[in-house]
Amino acid sequence: MKYKLEPLGDRGIMIDLGNEIDSAVHDKIQNITRILDNYSESWITEYIPAFTTVAVFYNPMFFYTSSVRVTPYEAACMRIHELLKKSELSNRSQARKVEIPVCYGGSFGPDLQFVADHNSLTLDEVIRVHTSGDYLVYMIGFAPGFPYIGGMPAEIAAPRKESPRLKIPPGSVGIAGEQTGVYPIETPGGWQIIGRTPLPLFQPEQMPPSLLQAGDHITFTAIDEDEYQRLQEEHHDHD
Amino acid sequence: MITIKKPGLLTSVQDLGRYGFQKYGVIASGAMDTRSHRISNLLVGNEEGAASLEISLIGPEIHFEETALISICGGNFTPSISGYPVRQWRPLIVKKGSTLRFSGVKSGCRAYLSIAGGFLVPEIMASKSTYLRAEIGGHNGRALKAGDSLKSGRPGELSQSIFQALDSSTERNFVEMDWSAASNKLLSSAKGTVIRVVKGRQFDWFSENSQKRFFEETFEITPQSDRMGYRLSGESLSLSTAKEMVSEAVNFGSIQVPADGNPIILLADRQTSGGYPKIAETISADLPLLAQAKPGDRLRFIEITLEDAQRLYIKSELEIQQLKQGIILKANQNK
Repeated sequence: MKYKLEPLGDRGIMIDLGNEIDSAVHDKIQNITRILDNYSESWITEYIPAFTTVAVFYNPMFFYTSSVRVTPYEAACMRIHELLKKSELSNRSQARKVEIPVCYGGSFGPDLQFVADHNSLTLDEVIRVHTSGDYLVYMIGFAPGFPYIGGMPAEIAAPRKESPRLKIPPGSVGIAGEQTGVYPIETPGGWQIIGRTPLPLFQPEQMPPSLLQAGDHITFTAIDEDEYQRLQEEHHDHD
Repeated sequence: MITIKKPGLLTSVQDLGRYGFQKYGVIASGAMDTRSHRISNLLVGNEEGAASLEISLIGPEIHFEETALISICGGNFTPSISGYPVRQWRPLIVKKGSTLRFSGVKSGCRAYLSIAGGFLVPEIMASKSTYLRAEIGGHNGRALKAGDSLKSGRPGELSQSIFQALDSSTERNFVEMDWSAASNKLLSSAKGTVIRVVKGRQFDWFSENSQKRFFEETFEITPQSDRMGYRLSGESLSLSTAKEMVSEAVNFGSIQVPADGNPIILLADRQTSGGYPKIAETISADLPLLAQAKPGDRLRFIEITLEDAQRLYIKSELEIQQLKQGIILKANQNK
């Protein structure tokens, strides 16, 4: 595996795999995080994977000795090189498949019409295209449980709103450019909102707190408002 | 138990942060000035990561329902107990029925109030820190309001020793310890607070002129600054050629530069990742200084090597370890 290590401040190291966003690089990132999980080392505080990088945060005190002439950064880099040699050994785990039910349009998806008009499609055609994709969660970021999703068909792409909404309800499913995503908590945002899922994407009381994880494959399925209400009540009962 | 009579500008429960969950997009939160937070806990015999109150500029008014061992560290907002001024950076017994007030900013931006036993709030994702945006952690997931009551945990053995070392047989409403911890050292000059940095991952993306000006000019912290980040105004910084960056993890103290050219320093409530080029990273040893800077203050950046940055970090950690040993010694002296 080709990568380079660079400092991220004085308590972080970036494992950098270049700047091409594709599923091959994503697989390598997944492989690295699996190694970090399997060989959880006490000097690592935590790690944050992204599209082409994994940031490893560490405590320099762990490598502190009054005699040895190796800086904590150098010592940590050596440990990472050793860990990543194990990459060939690590088994590729089965990717999780997650289905996300979405009630499209109406008050849940106020911008569905805009997306349809922008692409000269009917509302049903937008829904059909959005539910036909095989999507990959590249990373979680921006907000707790917010997935950066790749794989949306370009035929339903739409520009962001000129001025962002101040409040977007949790569960809202949106489109921005060729990306689609789901808002886990109420936030301001400029995405075109086409529907809403009753599934809670951020569950602070559960482990892990995020419904989705990097590496998940997801599909969207269309549900009606009754089904939405039923599922929402079901999930509220679990709280 | 304490009761909040007035909440102040922004008073929230914080510990040392929620780590291990950033890969799920959950921000770290935690105290902005971790040094003051840790010392205030050590001074009352707590673990350094116990939950404390982070107080910002305009302090709260707090009524003590029972006698408590506390300490206040960090920014100095002129604390007084039932009308008498009290000193910071030392253990302090506050008698039942007294009221703690703050009457104005003398220095800094954030103060930390620790209580023996720590403030009792539920732990969510291994932390007691308040995550304001997601409304979780701390006291009901929000900043404190008038009328809120907070309980404290059972004081440990060390807390009890410190309590006993203070002679509480006085008529006054409080008792101060005759020793204290060293307060934050400020490297200030007429041109502003000096913040030491190491190069950021995209430093080379910036034009030669911007690279130079970043270290020569003074930047002002704008009012649009909060626990998430300080927005700076001053020299506008630009890339040598337009470049799209792939989003990647950011750090406490990362200095990123959005398209408008005005740097933003990311702090305790930063997002987990970002797509703006990072020109520099604040060294860990200077983060407490930065946390005490407030809107209107001026900053100047000086580059040091990574090796020096880690040396300074280790030095600051060793100082805290020494302080911890010193407190244990002092507390047990009279036994």
